[in-house]
Amino acid sequence: MIFSDMKQNITLSDQMDIQQGLYTPLMARIAHIQQMTELEKLFTIELPKDISLGHHPGQFVEVSILGVGEAPISISSSPSRSNGSFEICVRKVGDLTNALHQMKEGDVIGLRGPFGRGFPFENLHGKDILFAAGGLGLAPLRSFINQVIDERSNFGRVIILYGARNPAELLFTNELQEWGNRQDVEFYVTVDRGENDWDGNVGVITTLFKKISIYPRNTVAATCGPPVMYRFVLMELNAKGISEGNIYLSLERHMKCGVGKCGHCQINDLYACQSGPVFPYSEIKGKEEAL
Amino acid sequence: MSLTILKKENLNHFIESLLPHYRVGGPVEKNGGFAFEEIHDASEIRLDYPTTILPPKKFLLPVKETLFEIENATQGKIKPAQADPPTVIFGVHTCDLHAIQLLDKVFTSGHPDPHYIQRRQNTIIISIECLKPCDEHSFCKSMGTLSADENFDIHMLDLGDSYALDVFSEKGQQLLEGIDVQPATQRDVESINRVLSGKWQHFPYRLDFDVNDLPPLLDMSMNSSLWDELGERCLACAACTNVCPTCFCFNVKDIVDLRLVEGKRERSWDSCQLDAFATVAGGHNFREDRSLRQRHRFMRKGKYILNAHGYLGCVGCGRCARACLVDITPVKVFNELYLRQIAGGRS
Repeated sequence: MIFSDMKQNITLSDQMDIQQGLYTPLMARIAHIQQMTELEKLFTIELPKDISLGHHPGQFVEVSILGVGEAPISISSSPSRSNGSFEICVRKVGDLTNALHQMKEGDVIGLRGPFGRGFPFENLHGKDILFAAGGLGLAPLRSFINQVIDERSNFGRVIILYGARNPAELLFTNELQEWGNRQDVEFYVTVDRGENDWDGNVGVITTLFKKISIYPRNTVAATCGPPVMYRFVLMELNAKGISEGNIYLSLERHMKCGVGKCGHCQINDLYACQSGPVFPYSEIKGKEEAL
Repeated sequence: MSLTILKKENLNHFIESLLPHYRVGGPVEKNGGFAFEEIHDASEIRLDYPTTILPPKKFLLPVKETLFEIENATQGKIKPAQADPPTVIFGVHTCDLHAIQLLDKVFTSGHPDPHYIQRRQNTIIISIECLKPCDEHSFCKSMGTLSADENFDIHMLDLGDSYALDVFSEKGQQLLEGIDVQPATQRDVESINRVLSGKWQHFPYRLDFDVNDLPPLLDMSMNSSLWDELGERCLACAACTNVCPTCFCFNVKDIVDLRLVEGKRERSWDSCQLDAFATVAGGHNFREDRSLRQRHRFMRKGKYILNAHGYLGCVGCGRCARACLVDITPVKVFNELYLRQIAGGRS
């Protein structure tokens, strides 16, 4: 290694170790806020100088607003595009997220993490990747999708299926367009209910599976969406012949602590914050509380 | 390390010698029962207590504790919480020693918890051997917690006129400096052995099967109809988990002043029996039925925690059985599951 290439750069979790505070957030600034839909905003968070997030796609951070509390939020930006900052796509749905939506650019939030097990990116070189995202499930998957696109030559086919309730709820519309325009990405989008100016697919996400044919032995699926979606998507993936160990699901739970202690995120005997939130289906198949 | 003898008339002197240097917690009489409380006078401690409502856990994992202080919420300024003073917990029973051993494992493994560790390193445990069952709910003998050979600093054994002190650690040894104790003689050792071996017959086995069969029994009982029956009765009051010496799940909340500027982030005991425990933002509850929450509790106690940490999550203290308003008790639940399994057809 050439020493001049080394950067004085440490990760957020290193910094937390230095502070000796497992539950002590590190303060960071909101650099940019973009309203995406009526309920969702995309926040760009700028990390303090010389600190990087050091995350894997599929991991989450605990986001704090002092005086309001803390909530686990999945990281939406790809590690390949994180240059001192990262993005979270947040739906206004609980106490913390409502308060976050009130905040302005320049305001300070707290961060802990990144936590949990993400998608097994390194092991997937050469594979065809099938992404299936429902609604806000695109937020964590986008991190993985963009990382794969940024290292496009390391992968086989890239297929993206995305479903939203209606056209107004589609997230990351600029990127959807880019993915759609790329020759090396097979991109399909559908909405449950179309509107007048919508000339695309109408129907739930499972209707998109009819449009694709895959080579199951070389395909890995990554999926994220509301709990009800998984059962149907799993049926489709199963019908396509993808093995259970090659289907990765990102599961939502309320990880209060993020570090395997508080108990809120337990799925039977597993702590979602430690063993997940991304699980191969083979690991959770027998767990009654998983899906 | 050493075996020494403390005459009973010198016990109070021993406790008084701790008070200037330590926060001392011990069993005291309270509202007709007993509770672990901070004491200020040696005479408050009642070593003859049968059991307490809350376990000594509260000195290591307080009901509420500050994770950090918020100096200025809008500017993102925080400062560390004040550490607890050095503490001696006096009169801990062996079931609770086993529970603390589990808590130690939970909070030191994986991501070590600095708040627990600070408190634990600053705590000296003086335990005492139980010589008779505390009541009809305890089932320590079945759970293998009727004795303990580690995880204390000094272990006391009542020999009638005196206490035998098994001094296990350097810290325990230091506490005894200046206290009138004698090394145990051969005769003392004989009395110790007599008392220790004589006590077992007074404790009944309450489980109808060997505790080693508990994890596989629970494994087979995931779909037992008993869980629905418990769910029908359970009031979801969380008394069982609140009094449990091994329950460690918690909630975290911010407490701020009216100006929303100063305050603290606080951790407090939480319960998987409460409706909101497994609910995510937006309202989806992953364990909505009380039957599933009761099942989760018993699965944790007899299987999940064992798999994750190597110790059973139940030490047989019986506190949850005493606290339950609708008579859901681990002994009855485990024995009923066993009965239904050996009865075959009925599950």
